[in-house]
Amino acid sequence: MNFGFNEEQELLRNTARKFFENECGSDTVRRLMDTPEGISPELWKKLAEQGWLGLIYPDQYDGMGLGLVDLVVLMEEMGRAVAPGPYFSTVLLGGLAVLEAGGEGQKKEWLPKIAAGDKRVALAWMEPSAQLGPAGVTLTAVEKGGRYTLSGTKLFVHDAHTADALVVAARTRPGAGADGVSLFLLPKGTKGLEVTLLPTMDQTRKLCEVTCADVTVGADALLGAAGTGWAPLSRVLDRATVALCAEMCGGAQKVLDMTVEYAKIRQAFGRPIGSYQGVKHRAADMLVDVENSKSITYYAAWALDEGSPEAPLAVSMAKAYVSDAFRRVAAAGIQLHGGIGFTWEHDLHLYFKRAKGSEFTFGDATHHRERVAQLVNL
Amino acid sequence: MDFTLTPEQTSFRDEVRAWLSRNMQKDWVARLGQGSDIPRPEAYEMLRRWQREMYEAGFVGLTWPKEAGGRGLTFMEEMILQQEMALAKAPPVLNILAIGMAGPTIIAYGTDEQKKRYPPQMLSCEEIWCQGYSEPNAGSDLASLATRAEKDGEHYVINGQKVWTSLAHVADWMMLLARTDPSAPKHKGITYFLLDMKSPGVTVKPLKQLTGDAEFNEVYFDNVRVHESQILGGLNNGWAVGLTTLMYERLALGFGLQVRLRIALDGLVDLARGTKKNGVPVTQDPVMRQKLAQLWIDTEVFKYTGARAITKLLKGELPGPEASAGKMMWVEGHQRVQELAMEIQGPFNQLTHGSEWAVADGLWQHTFLRSRANSIEGGTTEIQRNIIGERVLGLPKG
Repeated sequence: MNFGFNEEQELLRNTARKFFENECGSDTVRRLMDTPEGISPELWKKLAEQGWLGLIYPDQYDGMGLGLVDLVVLMEEMGRAVAPGPYFSTVLLGGLAVLEAGGEGQKKEWLPKIAAGDKRVALAWMEPSAQLGPAGVTLTAVEKGGRYTLSGTKLFVHDAHTADALVVAARTRPGAGADGVSLFLLPKGTKGLEVTLLPTMDQTRKLCEVTCADVTVGADALLGAAGTGWAPLSRVLDRATVALCAEMCGGAQKVLDMTVEYAKIRQAFGRPIGSYQGVKHRAADMLVDVENSKSITYYAAWALDEGSPEAPLAVSMAKAYVSDAFRRVAAAGIQLHGGIGFTWEHDLHLYFKRAKGSEFTFGDATHHRERVAQLVNL
Repeated sequence: MDFTLTPEQTSFRDEVRAWLSRNMQKDWVARLGQGSDIPRPEAYEMLRRWQREMYEAGFVGLTWPKEAGGRGLTFMEEMILQQEMALAKAPPVLNILAIGMAGPTIIAYGTDEQKKRYPPQMLSCEEIWCQGYSEPNAGSDLASLATRAEKDGEHYVINGQKVWTSLAHVADWMMLLARTDPSAPKHKGITYFLLDMKSPGVTVKPLKQLTGDAEFNEVYFDNVRVHESQILGGLNNGWAVGLTTLMYERLALGFGLQVRLRIALDGLVDLARGTKKNGVPVTQDPVMRQKLAQLWIDTEVFKYTGARAITKLLKGELPGPEASAGKMMWVEGHQRVQELAMEIQGPFNQLTHGSEWAVADGLWQHTFLRSRANSIEGGTTEIQRNIIGERVLGLPKG
């Protein structure tokens, strides 16, 4: 057994940390989060040059062919930098959906372009009901003469406004079952496809509403066969969930680091506040939250890479744990900083808001605890 | 990153599993029933036999060097053993203070004579050890201990008192910290002795706990004479030696704690499945499902955080202050398991052993009460948080 990272992974961590310190410091994050795009073409190109946009795609699609455990390292560093931009939505949602569900031609068309930084693909799956699971997919795709007409609304779609194409989960058979879910790949500008950018609490994460008003496309827009979309979609969501957990771990670690540094230098009543147990003990609790979050996230990534039958359970354990832990850590960070922690000037609020948004992305702790209960046959 | 076992580790696991299935104590399993643990005082004799059997099968002291009677294996095998014991709901090792603390400390600091004399008897449970650290005025602030050891020829004369001494009433030997130089700064004048509990002048008075049991004791020393050859690790070096013991304590207990939490959780799930609330099993209640699932998650998280610590150990790093986090997690998890067991039982939680209405013969009532000690024994949760804050995070001392 070896529950640690190898040399290449440690090297990736060092490279990534330096990269984001240099290219995506707090000033850059603040500048980019104020733009509608949330990313600059230069930064996106640099991410591509590192090979990170194709990190988990196979070689034949110009990817690096690495696994989720490797990705976890990169995501932790992105989370540490509270990096904005469509990395998550393109590489882990849209691109991964093409990889998991698409035919060979679709993969060859899109994945090398994503890896090169030339194209972006978003994933539109959740709807205003905010219901997880196949029953939540109610946007209809009605077939007639080999063509499909899509009607309905998607919500909480990451970076749809800057994507070159959208993967849309639609219902091709009435009812609530998984066998009625199909995935369509719709290029930007498709007639009837409308994207609206929504104001978000976490400005580093751009969310959109996507409406399909009688969008009519050919069967070649399907990713995989009609009615087979749920299985690849849930594989994508499981992977993206673990990647999100890793990003949250990185953010939580950064909050802890900032808080410990501050507690060492900030004086009150003639001594550093970190010498008071009221502060010290809460910092210790933060450490436990951070370390545990990493443990279960790493395990879930490994289980997915190995195709372990326990992988879905591991994913839900991770999301349940990390959702609560990052929220606690981010809140404690603000509290232990006192007034300065409540200012716009200090970076803590970026992490606090990221924690809250991430908590409810791909299901909150309550949802995943129930999934754990089901998976262990409670 | 790799969780798979090597062929050698797999065969070790199979060996453990096969042995446990043949030798499992059926009366223990039957008595455990739907509970999570069994009061120690009712099981000392059985546990002594059990450890002896495990020792003869080669399953005690796996990580100890062969010359000390161990098997010279790694922490990986220790973890495999503990996991298999958890799966089988096996009884714990009784002489845990010897196996987990006194033994490794003697192996690290002992003279050749001491290393030959003590470890084998620890493994076989022929000699039980207790830990003479805490005193009425030196608990968390251990270095304030006042028990004196005054030189008299080749002997030291011990006077003073220890308290909260688990197993002292059945112990043959004690790890004793006593003050040999009252004029030195408080950390510098302490010596670590190996004390024969049958020495004249040693008086053990069991302390009745709030559970009604007496697991721990007061120990009085009235002019107890100890030969200087019984010093471990040198005169006035007791603080360093004692801290080594505590480091091993958290490590050794860390392995065992994971097992105990898993067994307790499994007992809790069985209890929930077998209990109806408003006519349906408790496991169908959405609020209870949330609480049970969270405990399940926390127990698994504890396992993987432990696995990361073991990875460090296997790479040759010493156990560090991170072990304090493991102790805290176990305490928190176990106390919640016990609280939830009470909640599941509802008004029946008021009934104990002796009532036919009592759930699982009142075992949960005992473990619930006993769990309050978890956050005090082996270093209070407050002390663990200090250790994490100061030694892991580098925050200044108060």
